[in-house]
Amino acid sequence: MTTGSVTFDTTQHSTTGNGLLLEADGVAKAFHGVPALRSGHLKLRPGTVHALCGGNGAGKSTFLNIVMGLLRRDEGSIKIKGEVVDFRSASEALDHGIAIITQELSPVLEMTVAENIYLGREPKRLGAFIDFALLETQAQKLLDDIGFPIRANARMSNLSLAETQLVEIAKALSFDADIVIMDEPTSAIGEHEAHILFAAIDRLKHRGSGIIYVSHKLSEIFEIADEFTVFRDGNYIVSGSMKETTRKELVTHIVGREIKVVEKERPNAGAPILLEVRNLSRESEFKDISISVAAGEVFGIYGLLGSGRTEFLEAVYGMETPTSGEVMLAGRPVPRGKPRESIKMGMAMVSEDRKDSGLVLSSSIAHNITLSALSLMAVSGFVKQQKEREVVEEMIRSQRIKTSSSELAVENLSGGNQQKVVFARCLTTNPRLLICDEPTRGIDEGSKQEIYAFLRDFAAKGHGVLVVSSEAPEILQVSDRIAIFKAGTLVDVIDGHGATQQMIMELAS
Amino acid sequence: MNANITKIATGTPSERRKAEITKDFIKSFSIILVFLAICVLFTSLNQYFLTWNNWLNLLRQSSINGILAIGVTFVILTKGIDLSVGSVMALAGMMAANLVTTGNEHLVIWSILAALGTGAVVGLANGVLIARINVPPFVATLGMLSMARGLTLIYSDGRPIANLTASLRWIGSGNVLGLPVPVLIFFAVFLIGWLTLSRTTFGRYVYAVGGNEKAARTSGISTRTIIAATYVICGLLAGLAGLVLTARTTAALPQAGIGYELDAIAAVVIGGTSLSGGRGSLVGTLFGALIIGTINNGMDLMGVSSYYQQLLKGAIIVLAVIADQIRK
Repeated sequence: MTTGSVTFDTTQHSTTGNGLLLEADGVAKAFHGVPALRSGHLKLRPGTVHALCGGNGAGKSTFLNIVMGLLRRDEGSIKIKGEVVDFRSASEALDHGIAIITQELSPVLEMTVAENIYLGREPKRLGAFIDFALLETQAQKLLDDIGFPIRANARMSNLSLAETQLVEIAKALSFDADIVIMDEPTSAIGEHEAHILFAAIDRLKHRGSGIIYVSHKLSEIFEIADEFTVFRDGNYIVSGSMKETTRKELVTHIVGREIKVVEKERPNAGAPILLEVRNLSRESEFKDISISVAAGEVFGIYGLLGSGRTEFLEAVYGMETPTSGEVMLAGRPVPRGKPRESIKMGMAMVSEDRKDSGLVLSSSIAHNITLSALSLMAVSGFVKQQKEREVVEEMIRSQRIKTSSSELAVENLSGGNQQKVVFARCLTTNPRLLICDEPTRGIDEGSKQEIYAFLRDFAAKGHGVLVVSSEAPEILQVSDRIAIFKAGTLVDVIDGHGATQQMIMELAS
Repeated sequence: MNANITKIATGTPSERRKAEITKDFIKSFSIILVFLAICVLFTSLNQYFLTWNNWLNLLRQSSINGILAIGVTFVILTKGIDLSVGSVMALAGMMAANLVTTGNEHLVIWSILAALGTGAVVGLANGVLIARINVPPFVATLGMLSMARGLTLIYSDGRPIANLTASLRWIGSGNVLGLPVPVLIFFAVFLIGWLTLSRTTFGRYVYAVGGNEKAARTSGISTRTIIAATYVICGLLAGLAGLVLTARTTAALPQAGIGYELDAIAAVVIGGTSLSGGRGSLVGTLFGALIIGTINNGMDLMGVSSYYQQLLKGAIIVLAVIADQIRK
């Protein structure tokens, strides 16, 4: 598997290894005897962005948690600037100049941006009174320095999700850390904000900091990373320079096999219209949008964050009530604002955020799978257990959900497996139209291709798919036609066969 | 425990069914252990504790709190809370008693319906306030706690209603096959409630709504209806508990049931149901109610002052939650 050309020359590091910011060797950790990480190696040089790549369950999070002092390692060594360390808490790691930016946001909504950034470290007068003027000046200077267009005196509750994420990033940077760990920092922000972040990362790099960057979005990694390390199934696989690898090679390392990219065939011309949306509007979110999806077609919607794409999907499905316009499925009008009715008519929705709106995490895999179709498996209100078990077993098999038992709570599954449970739930009602909002967010490359193949297959059976994605390569790969949204309006609908990334990005911005 | 889970997934049908039934008990295993430990303790301290008569007494004492706690479990599973149940008991008891003072023997069925109906109507009011008008459950039911008590006092003019008919009193003090009627009612309610939560679509929806309301709505569940229904169930059972209490005390007292909501919530929490919704079971609540009943009964037997009983009960609630967190 290991390809010599991209592996670090080991003799080289033994002579010049002293300049490393972080050097981890053979780090291992097991939970209840099950190894989560067997051999974590990573060498972070000053002034570089180092991408840590791997699928779900590769051991990345375990490794980063050990580096951050949130977990203790069982074996191996970690050196920070040459000094062997063994952190017992996150604050010890912070004292050694390691800061982390996670995808989990934890803002205090009723406080200002400045108060959030310096929470617990406020400048004080007479040792007790917070110096609010100084606090605000400090925070504003920090935000200006890293180029984030946010006012320090703004209240957190008034910020958008993307801005909140930027504040979280500013907070991590305010510690003047030499080592910054970024775990999926762009999962909640749009491309515009992502580029503001990348500019900030560039500045950090030139300051001499090292950044460990984790992201499932390969295009990002190729844009900003200098070096990479791949973990797979808890093992270190390979490291190398980004310049000397290709997207295909990296994916092969991450997945452990060659991935077959899904080919799409053009659907039959003249197929009947399945979904027709006429002049749909909702308050200030989107206005006057008309599209139609034919049977056998995957219809993609591409737009930046705030373009109204998610709100549009939710209105079509009935999670939100549109202010005007109509939605027709196979020629029949769909009642407004009633997901229950939409499901009965043949729609199903895979929503943007599994944890927020896709799954009942505390419930079992079986109960999640049958949630939508439970009334079909019941006689006078009582669930027919045998029937339910058959459906669950069939779905676990057909969706290839990896689990030891269907009784396991969904919260114990990896992201990719959780998303398969969402798809399984949607399929139990035999939908004709599948609505997907960011169906592959936070999912590893191997599972992504499985989902694309599934969507194409689903459409090929004469069904329809309406899919939103903020990742241009994804929308190009799956869609027959692509609608471009911009600031709540439909800019254009283009043919997905032959469209390019540049075309759709230009239309959208 | 894991072997059991495997059986549910892969065993033969009869194995599965058995595993399925024991599953809920296993989930509540630690609470059952705590209950047994308390029983062993009191048995060693007092020879009278482990007698049939005392146990009938203990079960009778636990039954009212148990009925209330079962209703409150439904509400707490949806991430809600119902503080009004104690007041609803008094109001329902008053309505029931008013119909059947001496001479109205044949009206006892109406008084039962009056108690249940009163509870259900108040529960529906709670449900509409919470699920339709989006008043936070704590606030809506706190308001209802005061309003229902106020209505009781207005209706009764602050005076108790006594002279209940024999058939109504039978509900509180009668026996069937040697078991007190309140205990039979409690067990029947438990069985129906348990079947509802574990076997019906409604029960599943209750867990789903409490676990993740938005996901439940995306899945096509009418979340508002489900939430409102749990308050109706809770109110209905509070009405039933009020009826039993009135029958036992042979009078409807305007100040009946004060503070009962706290014992009911305590039983649910001791039973391991999460206040953040979506997790828990009625088996846990059953033993939660039994633990509270046992502590009261055991300490009564030993002549411990009720002041100390309060202290110990509070400590046990906190310890139960700590134990639950350690287990996780």
